[in-house]
Amino acid sequence: MQNPNKPLLSVRNLKTSFFQDEGVTKAVDGASFDVFPGKTLGIVGESGCGKSVTAQSILRIVDPPGRIVEGEIVLTRKDGTEADLVKLNPNSREIRQIRGGDIGLIFQEPMTSFSPVHTVGAQLTEAVMLHNAVDKKEARRRGIEALRSVGIPKPERRIDEYSFELSGGLRQRAMIAVALSCDPRLLIADEPTTALDVTTQAQILDLLRKLQQDRAMAIMLITHNLGVVAEMADDVVVMYLGRVVEEGKVDDIFHDAKHPYTKALLQSIPSVDSVPRMKLPTISGSIPHPFNRPTGCPFHPRCASFMPGRCDTAAPPLLPAGPGRKVSCFLYE
Amino acid sequence: MSVTNAGPGKSVLLEVKGLKKYFPIRRGLLQKTVGRVKAVDDVSFVLNRGETLSLVGESGCGKTTTSRCVLRAIKPTAGQVLLSDNGEMVDVATVSKSRLRALRRQMQMIFQDPFSSLNPRMTVFDIVGEPLLVHGVGNVEERKDRVVELLRLVGLRSEYMRRYPHAFSGGQRQRIGIARALALNPRLVVADEPVSALDVSVQAQILNLLLDLQERLGLTYLFVAHDLSVVKHISERVAVMYVGRIVETAPTEALFESPKHPYTEALLSAVPKPDPRLRSDRIVLQGEVADPANTPPGCHFHPRCQYARDICREKAPVLEEIAPNHFVSCHRARELTLRGVAHH
Repeated sequence: MQNPNKPLLSVRNLKTSFFQDEGVTKAVDGASFDVFPGKTLGIVGESGCGKSVTAQSILRIVDPPGRIVEGEIVLTRKDGTEADLVKLNPNSREIRQIRGGDIGLIFQEPMTSFSPVHTVGAQLTEAVMLHNAVDKKEARRRGIEALRSVGIPKPERRIDEYSFELSGGLRQRAMIAVALSCDPRLLIADEPTTALDVTTQAQILDLLRKLQQDRAMAIMLITHNLGVVAEMADDVVVMYLGRVVEEGKVDDIFHDAKHPYTKALLQSIPSVDSVPRMKLPTISGSIPHPFNRPTGCPFHPRCASFMPGRCDTAAPPLLPAGPGRKVSCFLYE
Repeated sequence: MSVTNAGPGKSVLLEVKGLKKYFPIRRGLLQKTVGRVKAVDDVSFVLNRGETLSLVGESGCGKTTTSRCVLRAIKPTAGQVLLSDNGEMVDVATVSKSRLRALRRQMQMIFQDPFSSLNPRMTVFDIVGEPLLVHGVGNVEERKDRVVELLRLVGLRSEYMRRYPHAFSGGQRQRIGIARALALNPRLVVADEPVSALDVSVQAQILNLLLDLQERLGLTYLFVAHDLSVVKHISERVAVMYVGRIVETAPTEALFESPKHPYTEALLSAVPKPDPRLRSDRIVLQGEVADPANTPPGCHFHPRCQYARDICREKAPVLEEIAPNHFVSCHRARELTLRGVAHH
């Protein structure tokens, strides 16, 4: 049995940049966090905060001109050995075993994640056969089983259909079936419900929770939706412009946020249980363009607690702020 | 002149009666019509001056088609869209082309995607001033003054007038889209998912702006959205749609606190609340939204409804006023006690 206090995945000071003619975009600028076995880590942030590039870095699928500049991504593999994914060649046999084998991945858009010219079954059995020494017949049997386990009705028939024949909800279920077909211990879910309707979203979140319980699998849930994070996560990492601004237990983040960005974000979201037609507190300005990265703390131009001469000159480090809490803000030094 | 369902002191700006929009399904070499998608199937509602009504529902429920029919961006199959024009109710659905052109000055649209709804080759001045040009309002100088005024109104600096859309963030682009919609001083603004493409921290800015503009200019909004929390923030009344029909309509507070239709209840329960202490026993609806080309008999919602009885499978319910201004289309509305969201 795995030690629950030892991280399954440990990301340290990860920096991923995109080197373009117009300049360098620091998509991830020193992110650190841990994912524990059987737990859900929510990574929350708005567009450009680096949450998706973080996931791509972990799987080593960052497209050029992007590359990992610095940092460590240590994964405890199924056989108990540790691997630093940053050091692996992105085409090596080992990383290909990890993708799909140790780490499963589901994307936001289930339509574009499937090939339209292959059946769902062909794509599912391909994954099974790649990671297990089984024949076609056995792979198909496991494929049908996988579809059944994610609640797809009549899996014997559905397995021979194409992805465009499935509805959005079923397609996302099929995507989850592919990701889980080789029993990964970590599932990275990048905006898994963003393209779905709210009642379908509830079904998929329910399914993820059930599958996690059955398999004691860790989930890294990447989303911009604070409601989804509040429903699903055990621990939360809040990112802004490539940096982790705050991390902690889900209850601490939502009821005792420390970083001015987290606080402002929580106040500014409309909620179904607030008073109708009330003006919302807002965060001034908008997310800066990646080429116009502010100096010092990236949030300082929009921050209500901005301290001139301090926040605009140096970036605050991510420091402990109570049990299980970390915050990157000069207010808490 | 017809003034129906208007409360005391309110006047009707828009009345939609029995609106239907069916799209034919064509197959084969001769493109024979083999079926019909009932995108909007007998929708009626009233919109009072200065009010905000939201149409809410999941994809394919007909909310966008309804809003397009109101503007006659598409021609409805049946039904009336009555817009008040100098005290006279004019049917937008059947009015002549020339009259429609004049009416269009009174109804404008704000689009969902601020990235694809602005022409990248036009400057902000050209974009915001285009409606003025199309309708022949003023000369160049007057148009320029009006654009400056509009940009200020939506919180943009007038120096930005000569820039192209790519120089702006999503929130700023949406402000440009709003300025364009307001150029002709419309009375009715149809906003189709105006904040769903924006970042969370920018959504609140745009919602506040829309509330502000309504107060200052006395605008009437028909708001189309799938996000119930956004809807709650902007609307006075809400109409919930399911597979082409309105299943419930009520003042915002009443709809959220004491929903009367099982679908509304499930929808409210499905919204993830941004508070981990509220992880509730959610109602997870089984199955999928019915196919509007092949709708189930009786109540469209019965295959997914946990309260369904035999009558729901046989007879389609009609909208009934169950409390003041609270209309529900459910056979069991009076006997069921449904769960809403609590106040904090």
